[in-house]
Amino acid sequence: MSGSVPQPAEPGAGAPVDPVASLDRTGGYLGPAGQAAVTAASRATPARWRLLLRRPTFFIGGGILLFWVVCAIFGHWFAPYNPLAQQLLNGNAPPSSAHWFGTDPLGRDVLSRIIVGARDILIITPLATLIGTVLGTALGLAMGYIGGVFDLVTGRIVEAFLALPFVIIAFLFVVAVGPSVIGITVIIGLVFTPLIARTVRAAVMVERQQDYVSASRLLGESPPRVMFAEILPNVLPAVLVEFTVRLGYAVFAVATLSFLGFGIAPPTPDWGADIAANYINLTAGYWWQTLFPALAIASLVTGVILLADSIEQVLAA
Amino acid sequence: MATFLLRRLGLMILTLWILTLIVFFAGQILPGDPGRATLGPLAAQSAVQALDQQLGVNRPLLTRYLSWIGGLLHGNLGTSYEYRTAVEPFIRAALINSVKLAVLAFVIVVPLGIIGGVVAALYAGRGTDRLISVTGASFATVPEFVSGIVLIVIFGVELKWLPVTASAGAGASALEQFRHLILPAIPLVLVLFGYIARMARAGTIEALNSDYARTAVLKGLPRATVIRRHILRNSLLPTITVIATQTGYLIGGLVVVETLFNYQGLGNLIYKAAVAHDFPMLEAGVLVIGVVYVVATLVADVLLTLLNPRLRIGGTE
Repeated sequence: MSGSVPQPAEPGAGAPVDPVASLDRTGGYLGPAGQAAVTAASRATPARWRLLLRRPTFFIGGGILLFWVVCAIFGHWFAPYNPLAQQLLNGNAPPSSAHWFGTDPLGRDVLSRIIVGARDILIITPLATLIGTVLGTALGLAMGYIGGVFDLVTGRIVEAFLALPFVIIAFLFVVAVGPSVIGITVIIGLVFTPLIARTVRAAVMVERQQDYVSASRLLGESPPRVMFAEILPNVLPAVLVEFTVRLGYAVFAVATLSFLGFGIAPPTPDWGADIAANYINLTAGYWWQTLFPALAIASLVTGVILLADSIEQVLAA
Repeated sequence: MATFLLRRLGLMILTLWILTLIVFFAGQILPGDPGRATLGPLAAQSAVQALDQQLGVNRPLLTRYLSWIGGLLHGNLGTSYEYRTAVEPFIRAALINSVKLAVLAFVIVVPLGIIGGVVAALYAGRGTDRLISVTGASFATVPEFVSGIVLIVIFGVELKWLPVTASAGAGASALEQFRHLILPAIPLVLVLFGYIARMARAGTIEALNSDYARTAVLKGLPRATVIRRHILRNSLLPTITVIATQTGYLIGGLVVVETLFNYQGLGNLIYKAAVAHDFPMLEAGVLVIGVVYVVATLVADVLLTLLNPRLRIGGTE
């Protein structure tokens, strides 16, 4: 290794051994020394999560996310105006002390619509990502562990889905089932399934080479038990990282679908739909109607990504 | 090498066949009667039925699938419900437009992403690396219409440097077309930068930690030479795959950018076809995107094996 090339150094990181993984690899088979390692590992795990508190990205990302969660839950109480109230004589008003973010063509307060509009996107994205992660993890475990013809055939199906940009698949299905909160949630979850399955499959392919997998198989454990009780805990860090990263893409997908008109039906405030409704007015100079919702989406995405990054860094440490 | 190529080709054909199934049946679950959608709500029921008969949409599903596939194998992409003429000229014109935009985005993002990734790897774990990695990840999840809006507001509306539509109009010079494509290309560049930089970073870090890099340093080569001659040549291999997998997105994931900038590309065509229930147009468009992706992946695979002889021996994934 060249001395001039810096190595990634994480503050407070201990030995490069992954304590989460060694817990299960040694569990029960190694006698007193192994037991000691297991105890050390189980003590190390909470400490690992405490590392998050040292990461500025965790606080910034978490803070942004918390802000939008508060807006989503309590927004109706502290929004300065009713987001649906029209003042037709005060349409297209630029930002002022009365309307910080200006008004839209119908005279609705842009700031209030942004605050209240956080709700649907914050309900849909975590649920959709959860659906995709659960299904994708199950599929990836089966593909990686069963292998053979099953892996080959499912692999082709996954690849065929990956060949299409996910926004296109999502809008095909949303057009088919009609836009509703539940419909969009399930569709985005299903669209994410093959993507997550591919990542989990790769992690499982590495794990199945390990001795503990052969050991549990030789002990006569059933394939589902080997997959879910033995392998799953060891690929869980990869699944967690995948979940947080996908959360960012879910925001992307939901916002894009509502921009294309396949999201929440108007007049319910929604960032993507409000941008779609008003971006034609950009050339007339009414930039505040689209720029502020756009910045809201960008800030939510950035918050999620910062959070995902801090978790990934801590798990990789 | 021959068996490897044959195997890859076989898998590609399998993937393409599954793709036709997905595209066809996703098209079929779209609600609505094509005859009714074409003629409008006021047309007589008998006229709608006559049109359905003429379009052949009242035949059994399997018959329609087989005749569609048969047509495809003869190079016939189908007849548009909406325009009553062959789909192929529409697809061709849209594909050419999309390719122009995609090529411009690629020419900008590939060198930028590689440089970003390599620089991040050389400073792995330090501020520069964190900045590039986190910014790249955030931009990759900011929807294109969000960054597009911000760009339009700054460069199109406030500074008036660049046009806010992508179409230069008929007979515009190449330079004028280029000027119109700059703003639409930037959101694509922002989305792709993170992917490419991430891959280039991972590849470079792996190469930096390798034995041959250490040998090169220890035998006294200057650091710049080690990076140029030993690191880069190896680190960029995985990046090729990522670039290939993003071509599908670039050709077809342009729905949003093309809608925002009013550009007559493939994404826009598919979007309009989905809204108008013009299945043949929709199916042909989506299939073209899939084919581009699958072929690009195959080209990347072949390129990788040519560049890295070790991959030829195994011949498996």
